[in-house]
Amino acid sequence: MHNEVLKEHARNIRKMIIEMIHAANSGHPGGALSAADVMTYLYFEKMDITKENVDSRERDRFILSKGHASAALYATLKEKGLLDEDIHSFRKIDSKLQGHPSMQYLAGVDMTTGSLGQGSSAAVGMALADKLDQNGHHVYCLLGDGESEEGLVWEAMMAAHHYGLSDLTYILDFNHLQIDGRIEDVIDPTPFKEKFEAFGLATFECDGHDFDSIREAFKKASEVSDRPQVIIAHTIKGKGVSFMEDQASWHGSAPNDEEYMKAIEELDREDA
Amino acid sequence: MKHETRVAYGEALAELAKENKDIIALDADLSKSTKTAEIKKVASERHINCGIAEADMMGIAAGLAASGKIPFASSFAVFAAGRAFEIIRNSICYPKLNVKICATHAGLSVGEDGATHQAIEDIALMRSLPNMKVFVASDYHETKALIRHVSKIKGPCYVRMQRGKSEDIYDEDTVFDFYKPKELKKGKDIALIATGLMTQYALKAADILAKEGIDASVYEVVCLKPLADKEIREIIKSHRINFTIEEHSIIGGLYGAVAEAAIAEPSNPVYPIGVKDTFGESGKAEEVLKKYGLDEEGIIKAIKEKI
Repeated sequence: MHNEVLKEHARNIRKMIIEMIHAANSGHPGGALSAADVMTYLYFEKMDITKENVDSRERDRFILSKGHASAALYATLKEKGLLDEDIHSFRKIDSKLQGHPSMQYLAGVDMTTGSLGQGSSAAVGMALADKLDQNGHHVYCLLGDGESEEGLVWEAMMAAHHYGLSDLTYILDFNHLQIDGRIEDVIDPTPFKEKFEAFGLATFECDGHDFDSIREAFKKASEVSDRPQVIIAHTIKGKGVSFMEDQASWHGSAPNDEEYMKAIEELDREDA
Repeated sequence: MKHETRVAYGEALAELAKENKDIIALDADLSKSTKTAEIKKVASERHINCGIAEADMMGIAAGLAASGKIPFASSFAVFAAGRAFEIIRNSICYPKLNVKICATHAGLSVGEDGATHQAIEDIALMRSLPNMKVFVASDYHETKALIRHVSKIKGPCYVRMQRGKSEDIYDEDTVFDFYKPKELKKGKDIALIATGLMTQYALKAADILAKEGIDASVYEVVCLKPLADKEIREIIKSHRINFTIEEHSIIGGLYGAVAEAAIAEPSNPVYPIGVKDTFGESGKAEEVLKKYGLDEEGIIKAIKEKI
């Protein structure tokens, strides 16, 4: 797919993220915006998910282990035509768009997440099932960099490596920020590359906001046939909205009306 | 005859695996103790050892269930229900995934390993989770039937088993209704409502009491959640004094469940016989049970204090 087309989808997804979080007056814009390009690439180029197979297991699956970026998942599903719900119901009573993704409500949500680290283990279970069934499907699991402070992430990677789950790719949204500040200041989980490699994962890196770079990393990862992979996506928290970029304070707060207008204006600009 | 319920579990698992290719066993480095290793005789590729990582095991089980598999995840109860609690909550119970948590080595009867390994709060933890069904097995034949039953029903289940042997109460022809209290002895004075290993001790206590002129009914409760509230209330209504007996804390386990059901429509009193909000200790299983008042003598003593 042309990068220009992907960029247009990513722009729409970012606008929906802001729209939803503003309407809910609650949510997590920073980490949703940082993940938007990788998720655009996965849903519009890499994964074989369609309206016809979304209800089925016979397709690639995606786990948003950093479930607080739920707005990014709902917006991506909406942009892809896989979500009927009004995105403005996000986080409101009676909505299927729960604060954190809930698989029992929506066919497009492949795993219930929100409690950090747990998606990384569920991904192992899914990839194991695919391997037992020899169905050739792939599992993608998006992790937060702060999330990697959960020991469960490393337990999961140890198991993924042990069982040689080559149809499992983790993506690390390396935006350097968590609620209490810079990850390096809170409880430094770096260096990632060396740790992932030590755990036996084939490790690649990319600019998480450049589609050529993302594509290249996924291409290299898909050539690995004997072990799970991880792609460290270097990203900027709040990417696309200048006043939200690289600010820990935008991890979990909603824009007011004025900030909302300004954000949409910026995202609407030709060069955004 | 005496048998280990966990042996029944391993045998049932292997039989089920033969019948259904979606049955998968997961373990956390205790497969010879929990008996999940039995499945290897039928399908070695369907035994997933997760290593000493119970939280990861539950997450992996959730992923397998989300893929249409029927995972049986096992460890000692203290780790299965305790260590992995929040993964069970968020990744299994909330999405209502079809995971069967079959925990062994529950209760004080773990014995020598001591308090760190004697789960006395696992029923309370598992009962508190929405969508979770909670079962406690008492003997070999019941466990076999129970494992087969949970493999056929959809949704999260917790099955509690002990480490040691228990007396056979049933035989292979017994037809079980796990959702109703099973009347094992009909009496008219008092009712002993027991679960798991304590069922055989309740029967022994009732025999001794009978010789002293106290006519006790004995019931076994296998399914603690959903509890048969109506039937439990009927039992309580028809006995002057009632006792629950469990090798679990008296907080949140069988007593908790029965008391919750009873208080809605109060009739006769119900008293707890169980672990009195304390940790256990090392010793032979029988010695520990005796010290904590959970052998037949202790049970009779607790009963006599109330009648």
